[in-house]
Amino acid sequence: MKQAFFSEPLIFELGGRGRIGELIEDVKVEIPKELMREELNLPELSQIEVVRHFTRLSQMNWGVDLGPYPLGSCTMKYNPRINEDLAWLDEVQWLHPLQNEVQGILELMYKLEKILASITGMDRFTFQPAAGASGELTGCLIIRKYHKDRGENRDEIIVPDSAHGTNPASAAMAGFKIIEVRTNEEGQIDIEELKSAVGNRTAGLMMTNPNTLGIFEKQAKEISEIIHDAGGLMYYDGANLQGIIGFARPGDFGFDIVHLNLHKTFSTPHGGGGPGSGPVGVKKFLEEYLPIPIVDFNGEKYYLKWDLKKTIGKIKDWYGNIPVLVRAYAYLLSMGKEGLKLSCKAAVVNTNYFMKKVSKIKGITIPFGNSYRKHEVVISVENMAKETGVTAMDVAKALLDRGLHAPTIYFPLIVKEALMFEFTDTETKENIDKYIEALKEISELAYSNPELIKNAPINTSVSRLDEVYANHPKTMCLSYRMLKYKQ
Amino acid sequence: MEKIFSHPYIPNANILNEMLKEVEINSIDELFSDIERREFEILLNDEPMDELSVYREVKSMLSKNKIMKCFMGGGPWFHFVPSIIKHIITRGEFLTSYTPYQPEISQGVLQALFEFQSMICELYNMDVANASLYDLPTAIGEAALLAYRVTGRSEFLIPSSIPNDRKSIIRNYIEPIGMKIIEMPFLEDGCPNLELINNRAAGVYVETPTFFGTVETRLKEIVEIAHDMGALAIVGADPLAMGIFKPPGDYGVDIVVGDGQPLGIPPAMGGNSLGLMACKNDLKIIRQMPGRIVGLTITKDRRNRGFVLALSTREQHIRREKATSNICTNEALLAIAAAIYMAVMGREGIRRVAKKILHNTQYAIKRLEEMGVERAFKGIHFRDFAVKIDVKKVNMALEKRGIIGAREISRNIGLFAVTEVHTKEDIDEFVEIVGGALK
Repeated sequence: MKQAFFSEPLIFELGGRGRIGELIEDVKVEIPKELMREELNLPELSQIEVVRHFTRLSQMNWGVDLGPYPLGSCTMKYNPRINEDLAWLDEVQWLHPLQNEVQGILELMYKLEKILASITGMDRFTFQPAAGASGELTGCLIIRKYHKDRGENRDEIIVPDSAHGTNPASAAMAGFKIIEVRTNEEGQIDIEELKSAVGNRTAGLMMTNPNTLGIFEKQAKEISEIIHDAGGLMYYDGANLQGIIGFARPGDFGFDIVHLNLHKTFSTPHGGGGPGSGPVGVKKFLEEYLPIPIVDFNGEKYYLKWDLKKTIGKIKDWYGNIPVLVRAYAYLLSMGKEGLKLSCKAAVVNTNYFMKKVSKIKGITIPFGNSYRKHEVVISVENMAKETGVTAMDVAKALLDRGLHAPTIYFPLIVKEALMFEFTDTETKENIDKYIEALKEISELAYSNPELIKNAPINTSVSRLDEVYANHPKTMCLSYRMLKYKQ
Repeated sequence: MEKIFSHPYIPNANILNEMLKEVEINSIDELFSDIERREFEILLNDEPMDELSVYREVKSMLSKNKIMKCFMGGGPWFHFVPSIIKHIITRGEFLTSYTPYQPEISQGVLQALFEFQSMICELYNMDVANASLYDLPTAIGEAALLAYRVTGRSEFLIPSSIPNDRKSIIRNYIEPIGMKIIEMPFLEDGCPNLELINNRAAGVYVETPTFFGTVETRLKEIVEIAHDMGALAIVGADPLAMGIFKPPGDYGVDIVVGDGQPLGIPPAMGGNSLGLMACKNDLKIIRQMPGRIVGLTITKDRRNRGFVLALSTREQHIRREKATSNICTNEALLAIAAAIYMAVMGREGIRRVAKKILHNTQYAIKRLEEMGVERAFKGIHFRDFAVKIDVKKVNMALEKRGIIGAREISRNIGLFAVTEVHTKEDIDEFVEIVGGALK
């Protein structure tokens, strides 16, 4: 494959004096001269130029629509277009948050909440958080307020060393001190270390299950008991729900709070980095702590309920990223119960099929034992790097050259030269086979002619980019006007 | 035999067992043997629903929502959305991509976001913008945290005119780490009284226009006072107002935040938010910025220009609990929408939209005043304006005619807004209904 390349100028370098892209009536107004703007240096383009520019840019971009996109813990599955059609209806896009007559959207939120509650084993949800990290902050604020209301001074959150970076970052924003616990040889939380970490300052534990190694934490229930006995709460990071959806529920193994990522497990598009949606679910005893308002039903009408006595308040304007909720709801109808279970099975089979096959490739190891993985697997090319100089970064770039988006690399931090693959349930066997073949070929080249890998990628829009140049104070350029100053 | 059925989204559905056989795994059950089985009921039909049925069901549910004309102030607003935006942002290459961790294969999103940042900088006359935050109130919260890191101080001044919902969000962002809000009461033009600014302040936050729609005319003075006290000057500025009013950057403001929804994004019940943040070319502040920032670079062979995520050592996936923010997924696609908006409207379009909004605002206020309806605040208004009315009565009359009425500031003060989408006839009709309701 060869990705499209246009030597596409910056939008500021296009167009011409006096061109306009939309007809807007030019009216006369008066404001005091000292408040009047003099210069506005935006580009001047006709409509066709704008369309061509962004269309060309789009063609220099990879997406799930073009091929596999196996970023670990990101669940880059197919984004069904029927969900787009529904999310873009005027009856979704042209509503005001304070208008009346929104029974349709409230009903959708109410029903979506019930479905998510049944999938996770939780009792009530808020849709306010804009993304996973926003959900984590919500959860941490609930934990904080819960202990405060009980007059307890608990300021420590326990986070495994395999956790997503957002976990410690969110807990820190909520004012907690982070206590890190190690992963044992089997790729699970080290229970002995956990026991010595808990105490009367423990506010809670944040856990991803399956964890970022793709391994199901079998001791989740036991861990919950340890945390609960110490007076803490259990927080479930739902980034990896794909690995157990339909088979197990966090609510059943002791979690008090969960967040889900509708843009992962529930198929809504990632949009180049967002918008996502990170609904937070809680057990009954924490319901009153949820952000306001939540959606309720009085037997006749759906309504927004504002009187939650212990609420943490608000975490984002209004009620959440509404069009994302519409997509997720449509997805759930499209799947049904059996479809959801099938999606879990397919994701898990795809992962283990891949793991077994690549484990035989020279230079590749599977850290933390050969136990089955769930929806994702982390492989290491530490040996390859030592023996040939070809690193995880090089392998990633060589995959790009073969028309295959790279997995997440150098994460989790506990694996050296890590490549973290998640194919999801919507990937074909043929494409997984292509990765296996590509990794074999890359390994062979690494051991015979490593320079060929070191020079990758050559088939992408641009070749390997200089990160040092981008970050050095002398060359750093973060906007068009910084570029102009430098010139 | 386990029942296996096909699904259009799951290509391997029929070959899962074969795949396992190929790698010598006995059964699917074996893969889940580490999970203790427990029965539970998922509240969905057993069987998947076909596409047409899904469309019918969801569409019929959503058709219970009513599309109305909007005159409510305070946001989100009903602005003009150029047709090309939806066509471009729903292209699969943008829609189905993610954060560009592999820059060589993601130049499209990276360049589009770089251009978004660059055009936001032009609007505000600032040097550096990030690639989006969730919304305005979370951006204010992040700006406060930034000010705390830069100054080491813990008080954050905000105008008391900010609605309570937003204050709650700001508190949730800053109180856990020990910061606190100080509210500056508003004067008769809706702008804050500056007397409370002191040398314990990490940052002073003001808005233009204010929540009440009045334009802040003292930015120069505010920046001077804040800087004299050793605090950062932070301004929340409406991006469309920048088409006609002098931008915060002209006054030496340290950080600008904004609500990006007016830039070509439909309101979606408040669910299409876009938080803006920009700063001056000051490394002390840039290094403390939250969120993704795209930077320009070159290829290692020095042949081409290209784009990457810059300064990522600020971010959570590397710095963990010491990161400048927990934000990961942001509002990228809506930032691209805003970029397309700024490009297609262009220099002249943004100016004209701003003028049209100002014109319509002045016209609506004048007509209401002729009807005997008084303004609640003095000063120049842009888009939003508060008037002294019986809010409940007026809103009922408006709703009867399919119009979303005032946002309630108090029982006797309502906040309206008019934008470029309102025709003279729309405004005349609105004024008649409001006047009629008050007779």
